Amino acid sequence: MMKEPFIHTKDLCYSYSDENGLQQPVLRGITLDIAKGEYVAILGHNGSGKSTLAKLFNMILEPDSGELFVAGQDLTSPTLTEDDFYALRRQVGMVFQNPDNQLVATIVEDDVAFGPENLGVPSAEIRARVDAALATVGMTSYARHEPHRLSGGQKQRVAIAGILAMEPNCIILDEATAMLDPSGRKEVIETVEALNREKGITVLSITHYMNEAARADRVIVIDDGVVIMDGTPREVFADPARLLAAGLDVPQCTSLVHALRAEGVALEGDPVTVEECADLICRALEVI
Amino acid sequence: MKNIAFGQYYPAHSPLHAMDARMKVILSVLYIVAAFLCKNVLAFGALLVSAAVLLILSRIPARIVLRSLRPLFFIMLFTAVLNLFFATGTSVLVSFWRITIYVEGVYSAVFMLVRIIVLIFGTSIFLTYTTTPIALTDAIESLLSPLRLIRFPAHEFAMMMSIALRFIPTLMEETSKIMNAQKARGVDFSSGGLVKRAKALVPILIPLIVSSVRRADELAMAMECRCYRGGKGRTKMKVSHLRIGDFAALACMIAFGATLLYLNHRGIGYTM
Ligand SMILES: Nc1ncnc2c1ncn2[C@@H]1O[C@H](COP(=O)(O)OP(=O)(O)O)[C@@H](O)[C@H]1O
Ligand SMILES: [Mg+2]
Repeated sequence: MMKEPFIHTKDLCYSYSDENGLQQPVLRGITLDIAKGEYVAILGHNGSGKSTLAKLFNMILEPDSGELFVAGQDLTSPTLTEDDFYALRRQVGMVFQNPDNQLVATIVEDDVAFGPENLGVPSAEIRARVDAALATVGMTSYARHEPHRLSGGQKQRVAIAGILAMEPNCIILDEATAMLDPSGRKEVIETVEALNREKGITVLSITHYMNEAARADRVIVIDDGVVIMDGTPREVFADPARLLAAGLDVPQCTSLVHALRAEGVALEGDPVTVEECADLICRALEVI
Repeated sequence: MKNIAFGQYYPAHSPLHAMDARMKVILSVLYIVAAFLCKNVLAFGALLVSAAVLLILSRIPARIVLRSLRPLFFIMLFTAVLNLFFATGTSVLVSFWRITIYVEGVYSAVFMLVRIIVLIFGTSIFLTYTTTPIALTDAIESLLSPLRLIRFPAHEFAMMMSIALRFIPTLMEETSKIMNAQKARGVDFSSGGLVKRAKALVPILIPLIVSSVRRADELAMAMECRCYRGGKGRTKMKVSHLRIGDFAALACMIAFGATLLYLNHRGIGYTM
């Protein structure tokens, strides 16, 4: 079944102007279709243009050329009004890397209320949305806490709740787990996966952690402003040489399997998760 | 380091905690006016009694409120001494060497002291101990909103205050991290003269300013992503309503002011 794409881009280009007024191209023709409800990981080394792409998707930046449709809106149309921008930003929420720099209020629940307050939602409904959003991310018991006393993972969950309270269709995580410890990272990933599974929210997760990317439905690799790989984690990680050439790591289990194969161990398939990899190696050991 | 001026909200269930923050701002302004109305022993006596009543109503332990006087101890001492030695009058109390202390001097020293203490007590009970910072900024926004007519940015002003409140603990934490990092690199903050110590602050301030600018930039973007577009069309989750009790408190405050004016005329002893 071909779903209507939530995000559609074709030959999308963007350049920043540097201090001498010269155009520095960052995105050089991105062509992508992302369906509603997909869980997509975006990989790419530092400076490859991932954040820039994310900012185009919610109109923080405007594209130079190419096609860009998000939620059925043509974002390159000259007739877009300021209201259209905000309607789009309501639908496409962003979680950033530094949890401290995206919480606005001194109390958790007030912070979650910030988005719907900006949208002019009536007070009673904001209350209901805030309670529901905090329950969804499992932070209800922290509603009256001060954000600066929470752990990094908890702060990111509050940030996600703040976006959920705007009732979005899509959440973009721009390296949202990069500053967290392993347990905080797990909290955030599990929260986002549940949102994707249970509420059908489209998730774009920009990340440096291959194990996170391996859990997505689809992995897109960006290098130097173009999409160089696009497919299921299994397909993408099957080609470690290209990933390394794009300045990326390969998931540990993938590189282990490739190293074993290079040593002449016969292994079938391309495992992407640790469990799959363990199974595969066990089966190979049984054969021996 | 975490509890400077802002973290002083004292959670409790009291009529003052329940009162609308806007009314508390108005009452504390009126209370300041009342403190300046007092002119004689009776009026100042009534003022002291009123401070005690406020303290009881607020259900905050007295020692906690008394703590708020500590930073102003020297100002209080200075004011009292100044009034004691330099006020002139007609009846001499003692006279030694080249100093004469008049009875009026004693009165005015005590009056000024009572006034300062009551001012601090009153405003801190109304505004810091019984009102959360966020309620206070909301109240200020609401009270200043008529000034929008003359283009005063009431919403922006309140938003700035609440963001500052949000980031004070974060920046404090960052300051101590930077200090530790610089100490590890051998910067010495605790010895040397004033100039040397001031110079030692430079390696703290510069990274702090740089990181604050970056934070501001990221925060602005995050706010934009959450559809922030200024005060226009914005609603609030927590709306507070003025109730009968709030107006009753206002009436009490006005009656208190009138009583002070009356007592000023029934004066015994020295009149300021
Ligand atoms: N505001 C900006 N002004 C100028 N250049 C920028 C700006 N933001 C990013 N860049 C440049 O654009 C390139 C891509 O940045 P970015 O999209 O943030 O990459 P990524 O998120 O993949 O690390 C980088 O070379 C960076 O230096
Ligand atoms: Mg980035």
